[in-house]
Amino acid sequence: MDGYAGKILRIDLSKEKITTEPLSEKMCNEFIGGRGFVAKTLYQELPPDTEPFGENNLFIIATGPLSGHFLPASGKTHFGSKSPATGGYADSNMGGHFGPALKYAGFDMAVITGKSKTPSYVFIKDDIVEIRSADPYWGKGSLICEDMMKKDLGEDFQILTIGPAGEKMVKFACISHDFGRQAGRTGIGAVLGSKNIKAIAVKGTGAIPVFNVDKAFAKGKEAFQKVFQKPGFKGWTPEGTAGITDWVNEVGAFPAKNFQTSHIDHSHMINGKKVIEKLKITDKGCYCCPTPCGKYGHTRTSMGEAFMEGPEFETISLFGGSCMLKTIEEVAYANYLCDELGIDTISGASVAAFTIECFEKGLIPADEIGKEVKFGDLESIVYLLNLMSLKQNALGELLSQGVKTASENIGNGSEKFAIHVKGLEWTGYECRNAPSMMLAYMTADVGAHHNRAWVLGQDVVGAATNVHDLISAGTKGDKRPKAVISGKDSAQFVIDSQHTRPIFDLLGCCRLQLMELGFEVENYAELYSIITGKKITWDDLVKISEKVWNLTRMISAREIKNFGRAFDYPPARFYEEPTPSGPNKGYCICLKDLDELLDAYYTARGWDKNGIPTKRTLERVGLTHMI
Amino acid sequence: MNSVFNHRNCSGCGICKLACSIENFRQVGPSKALLRIQGLFPAPGHYQIHFCDQCGECAKVCPVDAFELDNGIYRINEDECIACHECVEACPKSVMIIKKEDDMPTKCILCGECAKACPRGAIMISRKENAKECR
Repeated sequence: MDGYAGKILRIDLSKEKITTEPLSEKMCNEFIGGRGFVAKTLYQELPPDTEPFGENNLFIIATGPLSGHFLPASGKTHFGSKSPATGGYADSNMGGHFGPALKYAGFDMAVITGKSKTPSYVFIKDDIVEIRSADPYWGKGSLICEDMMKKDLGEDFQILTIGPAGEKMVKFACISHDFGRQAGRTGIGAVLGSKNIKAIAVKGTGAIPVFNVDKAFAKGKEAFQKVFQKPGFKGWTPEGTAGITDWVNEVGAFPAKNFQTSHIDHSHMINGKKVIEKLKITDKGCYCCPTPCGKYGHTRTSMGEAFMEGPEFETISLFGGSCMLKTIEEVAYANYLCDELGIDTISGASVAAFTIECFEKGLIPADEIGKEVKFGDLESIVYLLNLMSLKQNALGELLSQGVKTASENIGNGSEKFAIHVKGLEWTGYECRNAPSMMLAYMTADVGAHHNRAWVLGQDVVGAATNVHDLISAGTKGDKRPKAVISGKDSAQFVIDSQHTRPIFDLLGCCRLQLMELGFEVENYAELYSIITGKKITWDDLVKISEKVWNLTRMISAREIKNFGRAFDYPPARFYEEPTPSGPNKGYCICLKDLDELLDAYYTARGWDKNGIPTKRTLERVGLTHMI
Repeated sequence: MNSVFNHRNCSGCGICKLACSIENFRQVGPSKALLRIQGLFPAPGHYQIHFCDQCGECAKVCPVDAFELDNGIYRINEDECIACHECVEACPKSVMIIKKEDDMPTKCILCGECAKACPRGAIMISRKENAKECR
């Protein structure tokens, strides 16, 4: 089948059984790839009453039809499972080179079930697939493990690893790859750890069939040229995602002190310019990416020195804002430590910030923590990251389950400042004066994650626009007007974004060329058609994306007891505490506004008042044959 | 004609390798690429491009003189080649490959597609005889 490698790899660790099966053309037509394959497989194959760390849970790796092809940024790989963080639908993706290598080895997707009796890793070299002992690697940090395995297997193997946190099933453990790329969210690394799998190594020496290779090569070259000519090309690449730091702070959307407020005074110390000036050794690109966000560098701090990739914006905002670390070197060290321990920087920083606020409010005594901790103190942050990742004491055990579970146990009002939705910690944008972005977080299918919809542009300048244009427009940190709530408008912005951005998660390539550079959507439909030989339009892809969105909602509705509207609210901090400082001082979104947003969103989606897709909607999007 | 590198510009994206495999073999399969990118991670933290500089070591070890020097480029005469692979073993940059289809060795002939594809100016083709490397 052109564009695809053509096979699914299935590994049952309990039975030590490895099989392959042909990729179904029907599945490709109906779900495209990546996140679509993940959702379809989870819905159809996840056994009833599966626990996230149960042997029955699936660990899915899925590429898309554009993964590994000659076009801008074709290196995305998707992972899926039942989420340790939320108990519902989980996916997480990463850049790098792993997915293309898997396709060159002959597999579009791998589905891993069961549990290995002993610590193991999966070895894939074309059609040779083996479950091997991970004795030399178990217990090692993610980065150290990758380095060891590259030395043992060869530099041309692409390797994904988990760190000690994944081994210990910390609910926000990540998957690491290429010395700094992570599939960070939803605790996907902990699922791999629960299966006793430390790593997966792949080398593919084959090729992916293409419907018209000459035309695809020519179109790919044209696509790269178009990207080079976009005005955002030179604006985006030098600093990558870190380039937005000052702007987010200027508009009062920067999370500070566990989201107590939305503005800091030291963004100039932790912005993209400082990444380049203080840290960067080289740009580090994902597969076929002409605009590398990755900035690989070195830092030296009071806690030690480190080589690391990043920090990118989310890590800067959570460690530099929510934890209040004062310099980019300190943020980078925290980034490195998370990478080595194998935890998501977003959730790790959020748990640390939550713990410090609990300590300051007297809800957790110092002796339970093991020491006094404070915002802005690298030593405190390093201590807490180790505590939660290695479960060093009873509190560490609790914190390893994320802020939702921790706050439910600590009580005393801590739930109000446990910053999450559905159990997944909130990423780097504070939204008390950004109703559309607030709705995006509330309704993201995996929990409070920005990658499904990014609509801060609509909230701040009234339009969907890229980072380069937003930065160029500037705001100078002036007092912002209070946002006018329009549920209907916000719902439409969010739904459009929730359909557009995940299309790239179906196709297996990076969305940033479109989102940040303005590379036109039609190019992707054309590339898909030339590569696969199947005609498709962008509108067709949007319809499939909507179908997958409804399917992921149905997965969470099936897997989470009493799932519905109550799971779509943000923490009370955002609707009870007016922002105390910065450009949005005094503003708060009220519960009534949140209800208006949700009502409008459910109506526009064709979901009932409880946020469940109606039968009619399932028919309209083409899911009735499955559900 | 020869190649010019600037290793520090390389971001490791691998576009060069994919372009090479498509141009020379019409295959989306970069393991066939006639150049290598080595990531030096975690330390010192940058990339090294390994590229045929037409040094001629392959020709020196060939037992049947199957290599022809053409305008500074060593080309394999497949009619003469006996597929002993000694040239592949001898390549100091490890950038020659053996084609799975016919077991024949293949090497870079400076087609320049890698340089054209590189978005970073890390590989360029020069008309000068000697390759230059910026580290």
